[in-house]
Amino acid sequence: MEDNVLLKTINLSKNYYNDKTEIKAIENLNIHVLNNEILAIVGPSGCGKSTFLSILANLEKQTNGKIIMKKNLSIGYMLQSDSLFPWLTILDNVLLGLDIKKMKTGNNIEYTINLLKKYGLYEFRDQYPDNLSGGMRQRVALIRTLATNPDLLLLDEPYSALDYQTRLSLSNDLQEIIKNEGKTAILITHDLAEAISLGDRVIVLSKRPCTIKSIYNINLNNKTNPIDNRKDPKFNYYYDKIWRDLDVHI
Amino acid sequence: MSIYSNEHKEYLKKKRRKTIFVHMTQIFIILFFFIIWEYLANKGIINTFLYSSPSLIIKTIINLIKQNNLFSHLFITISEVMISFIISCIIALFISTILWWNEFISRVFNPFLSNLNSLPKVALGPLIIIWAGASIKSIILMSLMISIFVTIINFHQSFIGTDKNYITLLKSMNAKKKDIFFKVIIPSNKENIISTLKINLSMNFIGVIMGELLVSKKGLGYLIMYGSQVFNINLVITAILILGLLSFILYYIITIINKLIVKKR
Ligand SMILES: Nc1ncnc2c1ncn2[C@@H]1O[C@H](COP(=O)(O)OP(=O)(O)OP(=O)(O)O)[C@@H](O)[C@H]1O
Ligand SMILES: [Mg+2]
Repeated sequence: MEDNVLLKTINLSKNYYNDKTEIKAIENLNIHVLNNEILAIVGPSGCGKSTFLSILANLEKQTNGKIIMKKNLSIGYMLQSDSLFPWLTILDNVLLGLDIKKMKTGNNIEYTINLLKKYGLYEFRDQYPDNLSGGMRQRVALIRTLATNPDLLLLDEPYSALDYQTRLSLSNDLQEIIKNEGKTAILITHDLAEAISLGDRVIVLSKRPCTIKSIYNINLNNKTNPIDNRKDPKFNYYYDKIWRDLDVHI
Repeated sequence: MSIYSNEHKEYLKKKRRKTIFVHMTQIFIILFFFIIWEYLANKGIINTFLYSSPSLIIKTIINLIKQNNLFSHLFITISEVMISFIISCIIALFISTILWWNEFISRVFNPFLSNLNSLPKVALGPLIIIWAGASIKSIILMSLMISIFVTIINFHQSFIGTDKNYITLLKSMNAKKKDIFFKVIIPSNKENIISTLKINLSMNFIGVIMGELLVSKKGLGYLIMYGSQVFNINLVITAILILGLLSFILYYIITIINKLIVKKR
C-alpha cells in the first residue's frame, strides 16, 4: 500500500438478509483514505453510508471484498445518534472510551478535560446529559470520540441535529482539530456545503446499493477555514456539480 | 443552594398541601372503616363470632403479646420472606445473566421458563412437603417456586430490551461482553431491576404464607390456619391484618431503597 494511504477498500460489498428479502446496501465499493485528509461522503438517504462506516469500525462484517488498513490504525467512531449515557455525568461520558480501553491515565484524562474546556463544556462536567441542549450533546459525543486520540475519525452526520450557526462554528473547530493534531476523518453529511467547505475530497455515492458516482478533489482558490471557504469563487462550481450528481428528483 | 422565588415557594406549598390532603383522606378512610365495623359489631348487626370487631382484635393482639407469641410468629414469617427473597434474587440474576449472555441457551430454555411460570405452583405443595419435609425448607422452596420464574423472565426481558445504540457505541470502542453487561445493561436497567425486585418480594410473601398454610408450624400463615381450625375468627382476622401491615412496611422499605439507588438527577 502506498505510504500516504491510511486505508483502502477493495470491491467491498454488503448485503443484509432477512427471511423474505435481500437488501444490497453496498456493491463493489473501492475507496481509499489519504493520511491527514478530510474525506467527505455524500449520498442519498438509505444508500448505505452508515453501513460503510460500521464495516470500517468492525461493527459489521462485509459480505464480500477486502479492507486494507495501515498497521495499528486506531479508529474513533462517532455514531449517528449521540447515545450519551443518561446515568453518567458529562465527564464520565467523555471518559467512557478511555475507561473501556483501560487507558485512563493522568495524561489522557487531562487531554480530555482540555477538550471539554475548549468546547465550553467544562462547567457542565458534573451535570447529566438530560440537562444539555442538542448542540452541547453533539459536542460531548465528539469529545468522547476524540478522547481516545484515534488516528482515523469516522463521523456519521455529526452535526445533523444542530442549528446552522452552531454547525458552522463546530465545522471550524473540527477542521482545526483534524489539521492541528494530524488526524484523518471520514465525514458523512447530507449538507453539500458542509462537504465542500470541510472536505479535501468529496465522494458522491449512488442510490442503494451504493457505488461511487464521482469523486471531487476540492481545489478552492484560497482554502482556509470552512466558513470562509463557502465564499470562495469556486465553491458554487462544486456545489452545482455535486448537486447534479446526486440527481435528486423533487 | 438555590433560593426559591416567592412564586416557586407558593407552588411548593400548594403541592405539599395537596399531598397532605391525600394522606389525610387515606387515614380517614381507614378510621371510618374500623369505626363503622366496631359500631355494627356493638349494635349486634354483624355477628362478632364470624366477623370479629376492632376491639376484639386489639384484645387478641394484647393476648398474643402477653403469651410472647406474636413477635416470634412475626419474626419467623419475616425471616422466611427475607431468606427466600435473597436466594431468589441471586439465582434469578445469575440465570437471567446467562440467558442474556448466550442466545442459544435463552432460545432453548425460554419455552420451559414461561411454562413453569404459568404453572399454578400450589399444585406442587403436596409434592414439596413429601420431598422437603414439613419444615421451613418446604416453605422456602414453595416461595422460590412461586417467585423465581417470573423474576428471571422479567430480568431477562429488561436486559434484552436495552437500547441498541448504547451497545453499538460500546462495541465501537471494542468493549468486551463483560463491559457491555456492567457498563450498559445493569446501569440502564436500574429502574427495571428495582421494580422486578418489588414484584419478587410480593411473590415471596405469597409463597411463604402459602407454605405456612400448608406446613403449619409457626408464622402468620400458621396463625391463620390454626385460628380457622379452632374456629377462632379473631385470631384469623388479626393475623391477616398484621400481614397487611407487614407487606405495607416491606413495600415501603423497598421504595426507600429505590429512592436511594436511583438518585435524582
Ligand atoms: N441491520 C440491518 N439489517 C437490515 N437492513 C439494514 C440494516 N442496517 C441497514 N440496513 C439497510 O441498509 C440500507 C443502508 O442503510 P444505512 O443506514 O447504511 O443508510 P445511510 O446511507 O446511512 O442512510 P441515512 O443517510 O438515512 O443515515 C438501508 O436500506 C437499510 O434499510
Ligand atoms: Mg446513516
